[in-house]
Amino acid sequence: MFRLLVLCSISLICSTTVLAQSEGLPRRDDGRPDISGIWQVLSNANWNLEDQPAVQGTVESLGAIGAVTPGKSVIRGGRIPYKPEALAQLTSNYANRRTEDPEAKCFMPGIPRATYIPQPFQIFQTDTDIFMAYQFAGAERTVFMDNHMEAPIDSWMGWSNGHWEGDTLVIEVAGLNPNWLDRTGNYYTSTVKVTERYTLKSPYHMDYEVTIEDPAVYEDPWTFGMTLYKRVEDNARLFEFKCVEFAEEMMYSYLSRENYFRNLGIDISGDDEDE
Amino acid sequence: MNRNINRAYIPISYRMATLIMFLLSAVNAAMAQEESWEMPRTSWGDPLIQGYWSNSTMVPLQRPEHLGEQAFYTEQELNDILRAEFDDEYGETQAGTPEDVHYQFDDYLMNRTADNITQNLRTSIIVDPPNGRYPELTAAAKQDLEDFRVWRDKYQWDKAQNRTLSERCLIWDQEGPPILPLGYNSTYQFMQTEDYVVLKLEMIHDVRIIPLDGGDPAENSLPQWLGNSRGYWDGDTLVVKTTGYTGRTNMPGLRRAPMSVDAVVEERFTRVDETTIDYQFTVTDPTVWTQPWSGNYPFNAIDGPMFEYACHEGNYGIVNILSGKRTEELDRMRAAEQ
Repeated sequence: MFRLLVLCSISLICSTTVLAQSEGLPRRDDGRPDISGIWQVLSNANWNLEDQPAVQGTVESLGAIGAVTPGKSVIRGGRIPYKPEALAQLTSNYANRRTEDPEAKCFMPGIPRATYIPQPFQIFQTDTDIFMAYQFAGAERTVFMDNHMEAPIDSWMGWSNGHWEGDTLVIEVAGLNPNWLDRTGNYYTSTVKVTERYTLKSPYHMDYEVTIEDPAVYEDPWTFGMTLYKRVEDNARLFEFKCVEFAEEMMYSYLSRENYFRNLGIDISGDDEDE
Repeated sequence: MNRNINRAYIPISYRMATLIMFLLSAVNAAMAQEESWEMPRTSWGDPLIQGYWSNSTMVPLQRPEHLGEQAFYTEQELNDILRAEFDDEYGETQAGTPEDVHYQFDDYLMNRTADNITQNLRTSIIVDPPNGRYPELTAAAKQDLEDFRVWRDKYQWDKAQNRTLSERCLIWDQEGPPILPLGYNSTYQFMQTEDYVVLKLEMIHDVRIIPLDGGDPAENSLPQWLGNSRGYWDGDTLVVKTTGYTGRTNMPGLRRAPMSVDAVVEERFTRVDETTIDYQFTVTDPTVWTQPWSGNYPFNAIDGPMFEYACHEGNYGIVNILSGKRTEELDRMRAAEQ
């Protein structure tokens, strides 16, 4: 104990460690909260960020597995403040959601949807930047803690500049391609700016708060929040979910030899020439 | 044109690379004289390999057969080859011939001066067997290969699922493990924590998460396209062992080297100077190969950042390939009716 006191008296880092122990949060040598590990939501947000009662899904042949599960809105104020002229797109997205949802097509889900798609993701805190790997579609992003720059180019996962505000990791994301926010068809455009706030509350859970600004489709910035839970099982790990092969039949089958000619009313049965 | 697009990249890239390698050789020779280098380390003391690296190289995977066991060129030999290839690359082609349809070699991304090209005199990446070439396939693998060729000739145009893995944006040849140079999009971002090394591959935004507990990769695993990797630091060398492949890449044409579910790959990453990681690998797969084979090439430091490669999201190729084939078939049917 005496040794610890001596060390602490000469070390600012040590003093934050002692403070941390009193807070019960795991911390890194640099004093920042240790948010590394595998995380996942327990939320219905990927079905709908807004209120969602249980309803039949788009594929009845899946039985109850295809049903939409219920959940309350995660949005502060309950609703997304769409501009009136932005609602037609939402209606169209909803009508075509079975085939047009980027999740169904195995497209990279963008930010923030990657966080609350119901599959785990993993945070790595390196000596400099933070890296996040998502199981869904193998999506990933580097969060630049130094070397902040404007997005050099638009991309599916955007460009992430991060900084700490006290114990909260704040990430500003821009340069995103237009994408959907949930399976209902809520969406943003390429002018979106996403601000994420990760605040560790215990070794096992973290607050996740997101503010979304996109003057092209919303009247005002809006904010939602949910809890991220740490996957603490001994065998927790990210696996591959290379989902392209699961989307191909839906996306491309109209061009298969069989379907293409059937749709044209041409009989190719017994036609074995394809040399 | 479309159906050949994947194959077309490789010879052009390599030939272009040889030209630029020739131009850069003086620069690299100067860099090689750096002295008194000390291993940079992470805050917890591991060798630092975090950063951006390229494995662009002019060295072919397999050695030209006529070279036998000659593992290195002399500088004179290499210069002669590069000059010949330079002449070939920029030789006049005649308008209206297939040879005249090629990339504009001076375009961005085709101009390899933007890359950091490996400068060395190796005649092949494969260093064992001593002839620098793949070992012989097993009888079963040869039969699989033949069966696959028959299947491919008959069905490869029928639907998206019958196209190559790379066209479908599932996995690309060089992703490995072992990681093999392809010739373009050769950037890698390595990241380190005390417990993991993460290898982020530009192609096709794939990530290898490698726990550093030295455990058995077969433990807590499932079959995966990129296998399951576990690693440890052996002194200053990162050793990574990978098993648990899907066995669905077990065909040349789908992947550069066939790979069965029994494959075991060991990779060794050693930072040897400020700008170079030495990369060695050994593939042991008795289902496919009659003996193990090993390779060696360097990763060269490059400036970041690395941009997102969204392959599937912009895959117009697969639609164009299939609709082109359907149109061709339709035209043939209509011609036959007349």
